[in-house]
Amino acid sequence: MEKTTLNVEHLCASFFTDHGEIRAVNDVSFQVPKRSIIGIVGESGCGKSMTARSIMRLIKYPGKIVSGSISLVGKELTALSETEMSNVRGEEISLIFQEPMTSLNPVMKVGKQVREVVLLHRRVTKKEAKAEVLRMFEKVGISEPEKRYECYPHELSGGLRQRVMIAMAMICRPKLLIADEPTTALDVTVEAQILELMKNLRDEIGTSIILISHNLGVVAELCDYVHVMYAGRIVEQAETFELFDHPRHPYTVGLMNARASLEQQQTVLDTIPGTVPNLAALPEGCSFAPRCAQCGGRCHECVPELTEVLPGHFVRCHLAQQGV
Amino acid sequence: MTEQNTFRSVLCRLCRENKLAVFSAGVILLFVVLAILAPVLTPYGYDEIVNAANRLAPPSAEHWMGTDEVGRDVLTRMLYGSRISLLVGIVPTVVSMLAGAVLGILAGYLGGRVDSIIMRLADIMLAFPSMLLAMVIMYTLGDGIINIFLALALVNWASVARIVRAETLKLREAEYVEAARSIGVGRFTIMRRHILPNCIPSLIVLFTLNIPSAILSESSLSFLGLGIQKPMASWGLMVNTGRQYLYTNPWLSLAPSVAIMLIVLAFNFLGDGLRDVLDPHLKKQ
Repeated sequence: MEKTTLNVEHLCASFFTDHGEIRAVNDVSFQVPKRSIIGIVGESGCGKSMTARSIMRLIKYPGKIVSGSISLVGKELTALSETEMSNVRGEEISLIFQEPMTSLNPVMKVGKQVREVVLLHRRVTKKEAKAEVLRMFEKVGISEPEKRYECYPHELSGGLRQRVMIAMAMICRPKLLIADEPTTALDVTVEAQILELMKNLRDEIGTSIILISHNLGVVAELCDYVHVMYAGRIVEQAETFELFDHPRHPYTVGLMNARASLEQQQTVLDTIPGTVPNLAALPEGCSFAPRCAQCGGRCHECVPELTEVLPGHFVRCHLAQQGV
Repeated sequence: MTEQNTFRSVLCRLCRENKLAVFSAGVILLFVVLAILAPVLTPYGYDEIVNAANRLAPPSAEHWMGTDEVGRDVLTRMLYGSRISLLVGIVPTVVSMLAGAVLGILAGYLGGRVDSIIMRLADIMLAFPSMLLAMVIMYTLGDGIINIFLALALVNWASVARIVRAETLKLREAEYVEAARSIGVGRFTIMRRHILPNCIPSLIVLFTLNIPSAILSESSLSFLGLGIQKPMASWGLMVNTGRQYLYTNPWLSLAPSVAIMLIVLAFNFLGDGLRDVLDPHLKKQ
């Protein structure tokens, strides 16, 4: 029995624009162990969504996977034809988007939209598919599934729509679920319910989950393992508790400090000075160096390697590697 | 959250906000009923010379709109003429809409070479003045109502394709289209199930705005002697034959002209009303 669901190795994906190649995902490698939830954290534009889309092979033109390997339980996804990939999507990997408001077709009943997935991937009649959809609706906590089946998206609340999206993503019991900021557009109480639901589905169906978020709280609550991305690269990866207790990369430390804390009475939140660098013109050396308070001479000269500083804890920083 | 365009809500808003459009819809309906009931409503035939002695008679109790140059009842010919006008308004518009929608969606969604070929073809069609093109087609194919259908459909599909393509380019970036792709839905299913239904509001508006231009084109073609042939009745043809008697018997031209104007205005008002209701951006201005 295979231990890892997904194995991404040296993945590079770029946009080819008039201004040259923009590398949005730069040499990203990670594993998703079976039945685990891993988190990918980072600021807007750091390449998290692009990584997710690369795995789904859904990058929009002019973006392209340049090199690297993505293997799903031994199946190499980068080598599949578009038709073969269509069969994988929805059946073996699914994606949940951050905007439940716009992710459903406004002129189609939600039940029918979910049923579409079943009909695509299973040899069943429409009636059996509908029964399956109703069962799934119940499982994701949609009350009165029969009634909701006949609803149009605008008749449902944001939380219900996200539940429908989750039902759609999970109905074929995929091996991997990618959730791209699934709760960003929802309010906090609904967010908690949705996260709880995802956790339960993981336990019940045995799906591995990649959770993409910029919300550290969400990640801390749900994930077993966290990857921090910055400017297209993974800068730190560790188990959740280890990462939150002992962040090593200055960027991760910055992210932690930028959160509001109940214990310390702060009037102004800490921020990380500066902005994310332009991916078309990355600075030489460490891409975080221009915003890093502690950076030294070497940081401007060469890109640090991702090295293991503690068992299972990898950091891409010259300083952390020296034990500063 | 935006109000959604379900069929019922559109109807309600149309009734509430635009009385003129509703009135126009009534006028159109009236014309349709008159066209269908023409044989019942009038005792004469459209090419029946009812009174050879009394040619070019002014309106009277017997002949409400008088008689024409060979002694036929003008009102009867108007009623039968409305059949032609409505058919010519609707059939080629439906054909050109279908063709334009299919080609536009293919061009917009598939992109690349398919897009180039379809849109360059459309550009070529649009480069000709449409009336001229219709005339050339009519000369080549000969007279007859089927050929009018063909000519007008050929002239009109390109502009529909352009609009639908633009709409498709917008819709293909929609998250629900991406969501559909992410669950493994194929390209053609996406076009049919997700893109086409979302183009329908624009298509409805386009439909009501294209009908009057088709009616006008038929009238112009018939007026020029390239469309409907005698002794069939068509409004454009009637305006043309009445032209010679414009000073002595103006109603011969005037009656069909007013009819053309009425139906074209009615369709235009309805189309405008629908567009206001279906397009929230326009309404705000």
